Amino acid sequence: MSPARTLAVDVGGVLLPTPVIVAAGCAGTGRELAGLVDPRKVGAVVSRTITVDERSGTPPPRIAESSAGIVWDTGLQNPGLDAFASTELTLLARGGVRVIVSIGGGSLEEYVRLSSALQGRPEVAAIEIYLAGADVELRRAVLGAHPDRVTEIVGAVARMSLVPVFAKVPGGSDDVVELARAAVRAGATGVTLLGSPPALGVDAARARAGRGVVHGWLSGPALKPITLRALYDVASELPEVPLIASGGVRTGEDAVACMLAGAWAVQVGTAMLIDPASPVTIAKGILRYLERHRLGAAGELRGRIVSPSPGREHEGSIAG
Amino acid sequence: MKRARAEILSSRQIGAYRSITLVAPEIAERARPGQFLAVAMPEGREFILRRHVWIHQASRRGGWAGTLEFVVDPASGAGTSWLARARAHEFLDVIGPLGSPFSYPKRPVNCLLVAEGRGAAPLTFLAQELVARHKRVDMILGADSLETVFKPIDAKRLAQTVVVMTRDGSMGERGAVIDPLQDALERTGAEVLYAAARPATLEAIARFCAAHRLPAQVAIEERLGCGFGLCNTCVVPVARRDGAGFEHVRACIDGPVFNPALVLWDRWRGAQPTASLNDTPVGSAASSGGA
Repeated sequence: MSPARTLAVDVGGVLLPTPVIVAAGCAGTGRELAGLVDPRKVGAVVSRTITVDERSGTPPPRIAESSAGIVWDTGLQNPGLDAFASTELTLLARGGVRVIVSIGGGSLEEYVRLSSALQGRPEVAAIEIYLAGADVELRRAVLGAHPDRVTEIVGAVARMSLVPVFAKVPGGSDDVVELARAAVRAGATGVTLLGSPPALGVDAARARAGRGVVHGWLSGPALKPITLRALYDVASELPEVPLIASGGVRTGEDAVACMLAGAWAVQVGTAMLIDPASPVTIAKGILRYLERHRLGAAGELRGRIVSPSPGREHEGSIAG
Repeated sequence: MKRARAEILSSRQIGAYRSITLVAPEIAERARPGQFLAVAMPEGREFILRRHVWIHQASRRGGWAGTLEFVVDPASGAGTSWLARARAHEFLDVIGPLGSPFSYPKRPVNCLLVAEGRGAAPLTFLAQELVARHKRVDMILGADSLETVFKPIDAKRLAQTVVVMTRDGSMGERGAVIDPLQDALERTGAEVLYAAARPATLEAIARFCAAHRLPAQVAIEERLGCGFGLCNTCVVPVARRDGAGFEHVRACIDGPVFNPALVLWDRWRGAQPTASLNDTPVGSAASSGGA
């Protein structure tokens, strides 16, 4: 008899019962999923991205469907740090759900305030750093597009945080490997690959100047190959770094593909909007794959198709 | 809210619409007027989001107990057009009932119901529930033309009076549902107004109700992503309870039924494209958004 197969994974110190995590902005506020998915069977949930001050978000329309995807924007609508910490965080963590809090800001000070306020909160299993917003302080369009800035922000959060910290590399970045490396060197436990790339939804029949156009981000199955490439490239350069896939995972096969390409865990976002039980069905799909291939643990899938980069640096010596 | 794999009992053509009856006892039991269903689309298509359709009937008793009827406008887009082609004995993955429903008046007041296009689907359901609670119901039904006036016979059966308005005059009077409002209010002595219509019409109704200090509830059709509160994309700006500015609330779970006096119509409609009748989003959902 072989030992029981397990889906449990240790992602840089975050112990998850399954490798399937609900992505930022797709887990609601802790109330919506009741009756639609058993929270105990979800690996973890990432909160919506929290900013220091409340944000009312972008005006509607906020969503447009595209081929195998959606273009959306919420403008990071959220209740702000204080309201989140006093109510939403507790609700999300009910029933023992592991909560990864996504934090976002436009300046170093905001990230510092966010991580300091979450320090020591027992409900927080990890922090994910959203880096795709505008850099208000340095007047740049995308804060996380610049390795120096990633080092600075991630470094500050990682130094303050008592829990593992994951940096979410913005989608559409020029050099994903370079940004991932900057985050890890600065002290990130791991990297989430990738944020949604910028996109525009236009409904020609209904749109007029300034109306009926969704200026936002692309999500959904259309992203899968982009996610796989990012995982593969980063995994071959930084093989010891915990990677979390985000973008285009809808089925167990998608999740397995991501893990083969280097992911330690996968996030589901758009899939939640269509099938709120998808974290459970995807986990079952991974288990079936393990059974078929006589593997004992989800972690054994990790990076199996990745060939190491010839000139690969040894991360241990660099991070130290 | 329940999720079910529900068998289609029948699919019938009603004018320009398709009316689909499902066997879904757990949803039918809970469904109230103003609520909707989120119906999953088939695998392997370009359109991926669920489509959102008004619940038109929910039978809790009798030979049809445990069934639910909803209305689809095939002209709305690829997703609803697929749904309109679904036939009896096929199964649909549905989540519902979703949204906060219309509430009923406690006192025996007269109710004026104003529906445009497939907005008549939830309002006929509402009329039935109001009549069962001994309220007088009068209805104004409107549409582009004869084919898109939904079930006027049912309306006549339930309401004391029914006024039909079509844009092309092919049925009833030529004009819009807002044209006979003043007259209907005086004639019926209505003390509350309910409406389901496209945004521009609802905005006009909101202004009318404000001017006449008429309490109202309106069912808003906004572009929905999920329908159960996760994606936060179907937002409507409403006045904050504390009076300080506005907040974006979700049409799917905080609505779709709103007090029109609290909706910031200028702000909301300012962001809306001009929609023609029946391509508004519940029922077409985001299908018109690029699929």
